[in-house]
Amino acid sequence: MSRLAVPKTYKLYIGGAFPRSESGRTYEVVAADGRFLANAAKASRKDARDAVVAARGAVAGWAGATAYNRGQVLYRIAEVLEGRRAQFAAEIEEVEGVSRAVAAAQVDEAIDRWVWYAGWADKFAQVAGNANPVAGPYFNISVPEPSGVIAVIAPQDSSLVGFVSALAPALVAGNSVVIVASERFPLSSISLAEVLATSDVPKGVVNVLTGSPAEIAPWLASHADVNAIDLVGAGGLDWVSLEIDAADTLKRVLRPENGPDAAAPALGRITAFTETKTVWHTKSLR
Amino acid sequence: MNESQVTPMSAPVNPGTALVTARERALAVLGGEPDDQTLGRYLHGIPGVDAVGLEQRAAALGTRSIKTTSKRWALDKIISLIDLTTLEGADTPGKVRSLVAKAMNPDPADPTVPRVAAVCVYGDMVPFAIEALGAAHGDPDDGLISVAAVATAFPSGRSSLEIKLADTAEAVAAGADEIDMVIDRGAFLAGRYGEVFDQIAAVKEACRRPDGTSASLKVILETGELVTYDNVRRASWLAILAGGDFIKTSTGKVAPAATLPVTLLMLEVVRDWHRLTGHRVGVKPAGGIRSSKDAIKYLVTVAETVGEEWLVPHLFRFGASSLLNDVLLQRQKMTSGHYSGADYVTID
Repeated sequence: MSRLAVPKTYKLYIGGAFPRSESGRTYEVVAADGRFLANAAKASRKDARDAVVAARGAVAGWAGATAYNRGQVLYRIAEVLEGRRAQFAAEIEEVEGVSRAVAAAQVDEAIDRWVWYAGWADKFAQVAGNANPVAGPYFNISVPEPSGVIAVIAPQDSSLVGFVSALAPALVAGNSVVIVASERFPLSSISLAEVLATSDVPKGVVNVLTGSPAEIAPWLASHADVNAIDLVGAGGLDWVSLEIDAADTLKRVLRPENGPDAAAPALGRITAFTETKTVWHTKSLR
Repeated sequence: MNESQVTPMSAPVNPGTALVTARERALAVLGGEPDDQTLGRYLHGIPGVDAVGLEQRAAALGTRSIKTTSKRWALDKIISLIDLTTLEGADTPGKVRSLVAKAMNPDPADPTVPRVAAVCVYGDMVPFAIEALGAAHGDPDDGLISVAAVATAFPSGRSSLEIKLADTAEAVAAGADEIDMVIDRGAFLAGRYGEVFDQIAAVKEACRRPDGTSASLKVILETGELVTYDNVRRASWLAILAGGDFIKTSTGKVAPAATLPVTLLMLEVVRDWHRLTGHRVGVKPAGGIRSSKDAIKYLVTVAETVGEEWLVPHLFRFGASSLLNDVLLQRQKMTSGHYSGADYVTID
């Protein structure tokens, strides 16, 4: 006797929970050959707003954790992902229509990037910060501090590697993130959210929205409580006007990148979402 | 659905006559002296509350969709009904002054935001609040801000009547326009209704100023400690009979504080009292109302239960502190078209 199929409900990931879209909307995700795969939640602007509220609430705790601890948590994500390689490979194989080997290679690449960024957590400040020479009896120290809440439009033509490459660097410095997944390939993103939910990432630090980036991105770009926006996957949108919206509240903006090397691992992706804090401290009291 | 329309039997009362004092009105309704026995017979004669029906009704009222112009109106109305509150052991004159500054000008970037109705502080902070308000001190019905003081050994109410009266008289002498008193929940739960009645009446008397006018009296029932809806309904009747100008849900120090069903229940009592005597009593939900969305549900409930004429500062208030910032954020969203954040409102 054949078993009854148990299809998975792909929902959003906001504040550590997996809610449906507030709007009740869903959209069909199809395989490369046009076959129906699943219904994914189609996030509304109110879901984006809720996600920003959740992210804002999580900033203090995540930014306040020690860099070493953040590195451990990011590494833990890679560990848990490693244990679920087969699930992710199968998902990518179906959605992208690639061979199992290609899909598995994409999962491996994603895991390796988590590990690479995890390693930076307690090291990037040594590279991006500095003890500045000043003409006086002071220590003058510049340190990178997290920007706060980062909105990310994930690369649109990759299931997992693009999503991870945009998400991981924003987390390293202690920012919390609202990330809009690839519209065409959202399933791996939500499965990854399940990994995040079970690997010690505090709730609210990562919030995943699925749906139409064209619809959600303007609300995130103009949101006054978002401190920076990474438009890496917004190449197909009217990203210039998004940049103009973002300028109203002086957000940091990373521009779109296209091609297979989009969001390639780089220290610059970590430091893009930091603010340099410089402190003066007396060397001695005589 | 309308099981809650309670109209206790009583001697006929001449409604709306200004000559009728609170005590005469109470005696006429009770049909006797307000001792434990008479009050007990009266309060326990009130039909019980249908808890499921009440909660369903409250939930149904909470589903109304209030958008665009109605929402804009509602947000401004909420602000003008807020008792901006600070009741912490760590309150300082400086904290009270910053609270008052926020009460007068809730959103420094937008002068069209209305003022709140009142500031609510501990009795010893009243002079600082009045000094900070200056010319803005007055009746909220005239667009001014009044000063409310909590008294009678707030929040527990565990002290002798003398101390409670002294506490009240001191706040009134300092210039408080409104007194928020707590009832003795211990006495109420033990069935000593006469004692609770007498205390409220005595505090009401202590609200009198030398010039014959009187500070408005809000009676806090602390519904979170009354356990049942039946008790809330009885306590509401008791507080109104004893002369309270307002009945208030909670101190904000006990969870659960204000809930929509409890507020609906109290509004129903106020409605029934108005039908019975023609006398209007106010309602103040306090504590736990933090979002505009929740506050709008309360507005809907008031309008549907006692009518829109109750949506004025001398008949309905929100006891809140963090609610104001959320309303301001919503207001900014409606004005600017994009979402705002906590960096764009003042910290309190």
